[in-house]
Amino acid sequence: MAGPVAFFAVFFAYPVAAIVGRGLDVGGAWQFGRIGEVLGDPDILQVLWFTSWQALASTALTLLIALPGAYVFARFDFPGKQLLRAAVTVPFVLPTVVVGTAFLALLGRGGMLDQLWGVRLDTTVWAILLAHVFFNYAVVVRTVGGLWSQLDPRQEEAARVLGASRFAAWRKVTLPALGPAVAAASLMVFLFTFTSFGVVQILGGPAFSTLEVEIYRQTAQLLDLPTAAVLTLAQFAAVGAILALHAWTVRRRESALRLVDPAQTARRPRGAGQWSLLSGVVASVAALILVPLGVLVQRSLDTPGGYGFGYYQALQSQGAGGGTFLVPPVDAIWNSLQYALVATAIALVIGGLAAAALTRRAGPLVRGFDALLMLPLGVSAVTVGFGFLITLDKPPLDLRSSWILVPLAQALVGVPFVVRTMLPVLRAVDGRLREAAAVLGASPLRAWREVDLPMVRRALLVAAGFAFAVSLGEFGATVFIARPDNPTLPVAVARLLGRAGDLNYGQAMALSTILMLVCAVSLLVLERIRTDRSGEF
Amino acid sequence: MSTTTITRMTVTAVAAALGVTTLAACGSSDDSGSSGTKSKTVTLVSHDSFAASPAVLKEFTKETGYTVKVLKSGDAGAALNQEILTKGSPRGDVFFGVDNTLLSRALDNGLFTSYTAKGLDQVSADVQLDAGKHRVTPIDSGDICVNYDKKYFADHKIAVPQSFDDLVKPEYKNLLVTENAATSSPGLGFLLGTTAKYGDSGWESYWKKLKANGVKVVDGWEQAYNEEFSGSAGGKKAKGDRPLVVSYASSPPVEVLYAKPQPKTAPTGVATGTCFRQIEFAGLLDGAKNTAGGKALIDFLVSKTFQEDMPLNMFVDPVAKNAKVPALFTEFGAKVTDPETVAPDTIAKNRDQWVKSWSSLVLK
Amino acid sequence: MLRLEGVSVRFGARAALDAVDLEVADHETVCVLGPSGSGKSTLLRVVAGLQEASGKVFLDGTDQSGVPVHRRGVGLMFQDHQLFPQRDVAGNVAFGLRMRGAGRAEQVRRVAELLELVGLPGAQGRAIAALSGGEQQRVALARALAPQPKLLMLDEPLGQLDRGLRERLVVELRELFGQLGTTVLAVTHDQGEAFALADRVVVMREGRVAQVGTPLEVWQRPASEFVARFLGFDNVVSATVSGEVADTPWGKVPVVPGALQGECRLLVRPAGVRLVPVDDGLRCTVRARTFRGHHVAVILEPAVGPPLEAECPPAEAPDAGATVGAAFTAGDVVLLPPEPDRA
Repeated sequence: MAGPVAFFAVFFAYPVAAIVGRGLDVGGAWQFGRIGEVLGDPDILQVLWFTSWQALASTALTLLIALPGAYVFARFDFPGKQLLRAAVTVPFVLPTVVVGTAFLALLGRGGMLDQLWGVRLDTTVWAILLAHVFFNYAVVVRTVGGLWSQLDPRQEEAARVLGASRFAAWRKVTLPALGPAVAAASLMVFLFTFTSFGVVQILGGPAFSTLEVEIYRQTAQLLDLPTAAVLTLAQFAAVGAILALHAWTVRRRESALRLVDPAQTARRPRGAGQWSLLSGVVASVAALILVPLGVLVQRSLDTPGGYGFGYYQALQSQGAGGGTFLVPPVDAIWNSLQYALVATAIALVIGGLAAAALTRRAGPLVRGFDALLMLPLGVSAVTVGFGFLITLDKPPLDLRSSWILVPLAQALVGVPFVVRTMLPVLRAVDGRLREAAAVLGASPLRAWREVDLPMVRRALLVAAGFAFAVSLGEFGATVFIARPDNPTLPVAVARLLGRAGDLNYGQAMALSTILMLVCAVSLLVLERIRTDRSGEF
Repeated sequence: MSTTTITRMTVTAVAAALGVTTLAACGSSDDSGSSGTKSKTVTLVSHDSFAASPAVLKEFTKETGYTVKVLKSGDAGAALNQEILTKGSPRGDVFFGVDNTLLSRALDNGLFTSYTAKGLDQVSADVQLDAGKHRVTPIDSGDICVNYDKKYFADHKIAVPQSFDDLVKPEYKNLLVTENAATSSPGLGFLLGTTAKYGDSGWESYWKKLKANGVKVVDGWEQAYNEEFSGSAGGKKAKGDRPLVVSYASSPPVEVLYAKPQPKTAPTGVATGTCFRQIEFAGLLDGAKNTAGGKALIDFLVSKTFQEDMPLNMFVDPVAKNAKVPALFTEFGAKVTDPETVAPDTIAKNRDQWVKSWSSLVLK
Repeated sequence: MLRLEGVSVRFGARAALDAVDLEVADHETVCVLGPSGSGKSTLLRVVAGLQEASGKVFLDGTDQSGVPVHRRGVGLMFQDHQLFPQRDVAGNVAFGLRMRGAGRAEQVRRVAELLELVGLPGAQGRAIAALSGGEQQRVALARALAPQPKLLMLDEPLGQLDRGLRERLVVELRELFGQLGTTVLAVTHDQGEAFALADRVVVMREGRVAQVGTPLEVWQRPASEFVARFLGFDNVVSATVSGEVADTPWGKVPVVPGALQGECRLLVRPAGVRLVPVDDGLRCTVRARTFRGHHVAVILEPAVGPPLEAECPPAEAPDAGATVGAAFTAGDVVLLPPEPDRA
């Protein structure tokens, strides 16, 4: 556990503490008066209130829409399942700049709702809520569905035999078993929506502002570090409370589960009820996720001379009329993949070790660390980025202008995914199998590799997939952290969108489409690996 | 299984992981230049919009022997603020991209050391805002102006607006989209333009009228220009329905440059009476490791070579009088003769209050 | 081979093992017998190094303190086998060999050999989930034996199997251990299993050793009322011995000559309760009878004293409700020490 602790101390706790300290400690005197001052500001109170309730509403809505999806993905076999599962994960990893644009095509002027019913939801809070569902659908489907597919259906059957109705059996047997996963997913969704930045800005318009937006503004734009520090602390407090609540619910419900091969639990839907559930889920996925993604593709192909690959061809050049980039945009794809791979590796090592340590220990200290691992999700990228600047500036850790900072910052966000995904499965592994391996001569590390690893391989793959995808689409850290000029895909897209002109816009759409495809393909590969090994698992 | 073995094994594994990380970091810092004693690398820190032709940068290397390493970190505001945070121990030698709306903050923080660039005599005096001390050197200028969709006004047979006063007229009701002054640089520029035009007492009542006339505010330039504006390529696809947008005077030439095939006239025009002038500066960072290289780089930034390359990379006007403005600009751009300006220290003094009042006036 | 000195394990206030001393000689099979919660599984875990304990564990004369599990070189067959579900039979059996760095060819050879030995030739490629309980048992045994551990420990080795299989396997195991010369420490709650398997039996109670002896010794001379009752003997009463007669609630009971005089507890094995005509013995009513194959267990309700269990040939078993007489055979009467600590 020392490793993850050291990692978080150096690359998270210290930088964040330093930047907050810089804000509150003026000339050696702590300015605690600022706290009351800032929190008494009615504008800030309004921001706090809006941040909280929209997050709560978004989480509820996401669960409502995505839980049936989790069930369908866990229990049903249908053609195109892998493709669909990869597709629903794509939004999660796309930069908000791009997604906002796409989502407007659904809700905004001339969008699907507008054409069908004359309803426009852009710049309303509904746009924000639905976009949050769009983004976080995959979180619920992957976290909850992943566990659900491995729950032994016979448990529910046993309850049915004992006289429980179908619903009662689900409620009394499956739901409690899913509890930790649902809690984990809700927590993540709440965190993501509580700290929502791009979605709120693009779809909500300037009238809506979250804490995260305000922190960004105070830090990056106004350099009002005291106010930013107070807001960061407020966000910390909120996130801390959420995490404490989460730890409590998990502790109450956690139990060793009987896990089975997911291939055994999924089957073709039967009967009108199951078919209509399946089609309902597919329809909602299509409307909420595939349509906005489709718009991106459509716009990337819609050149002035008719549909074609003109924008894609343009990507390979150095910029038609004067170099927009020092490198061709197509290189951004390669840069992104490299960053994402390094970030995934770091996240897997740190997260895997943390999860392994957390599995074997108990006690308040360990639970505290468990919660600490989640904190980076609740802290603004700008806070971390600026914190890096003022802390990692002396040898041996003068990393300020090193490329490694970007994957490090991305890994900070990836680690919680790894831990959250692996922990429930690791905890469900029977400890005596590990003992059996030890008695047969396996060292602890070897036992982990021989026993835990094969059993959690699937969870590990899911975790890796998430970490990879998050890194791939990560925008905040990549933008705020100074780096040599090798833009990642999201940065390149943002740069193209920041310029006028048809070719720039078209190339932005083309790059977004490529980013989307890269994500989809990576995710699809992960799905493949899993099914290929399912006989062994 | 004893807990000590687990701890030991964890420590080992993580040490290995961190070791790899550190090694990787070291590996990369070798070419960063800052570690070498006699550095032949000069580091330019800038915002995300910085761009230059590789050929031009190579020419600099050929002339001076220095290789330019560019570090980008966020938009103009974020990049500057990062410099302020690392004051005294900067990441690079030269910072480019502080504009007149942020200049006072940079100077008050003592970010730069004085240096009079060679070739400054070619730079017009009205952009030399720190002429006395030469802590910063002007590099480019640009105008934030209302752009209009030519087709819309032709189709509807309405005259295009030309001035701030025009925008509040009833025929332009519900036509303008602008950006949030609190989060967007053109949004702030437009606001500053109105404060310059109508003064401390008048700008608020102007915005009240503008609001009554149906101005729409979105958060960023990308949404305003690519989504809401009906004249841009993106806006057309997104079925944007606002024919007036706050953008740059260089936007029409850019629309032409990035259209295939290139049209004979720009699809959009500039309301030249609604402009606010932005001037961008570069400065030698206090504590720079390669001062000589930094000075050479600043000289280069105001040289004819760079000044002529710059417009089509960053879509700004050169400040050097000997630099030719590209034909694209003269042919498709508008000549802004009398832009609004505000002194940097006035901006520094009032900006927060202006933005705050503006927010409660327009957004609420 | 194995020596424990004053081994204690505490779980909170409860002592799972309380100063246990134990020795297992080379090639000996020792069975630890006791009810659940008596600490017998903990004992195995301590020897394997899976459980921290105070006291000392010696293997081949070497103190094992600080030696991690994987370096102790003992084999342990877990109660529910704990076969690795993601590996096939060969993968499970070869596991220990792989951990010791055995070559590929050696693994293949040993796996085949062991599967032959446990009666599952050719099962290498089978999936664990497809095995029956007995087959899993055999695979678990083969896996534990494969690395040729100096000490093989079995935790409830036959616990979950059906009776017929269990009886057959016990014989097989005994033969196998004899053949291989393995030193075995097994743990079970089933006396039949322990007696059939072991050279020596250790009866445990609440973390302490209650009795050590050969199966015959333990069976014939339980050291305490606890051991007697654990072996299934319930005909235990308080008695006062004088001469060759004990005074009990059932009346006078004969004891063997030379018995310890005075107050004690007294056990009459059911085989020593003879059914006689009503007037020739203690008058009893037959309350229930249970068919046990070669004999019938009859529960008697004596006119005086607690219920009494008797054994009689099936043909002679009286019906429930009948009135019979009961007489006692001195050879089946065992005198036990009084149990002051037991309420």
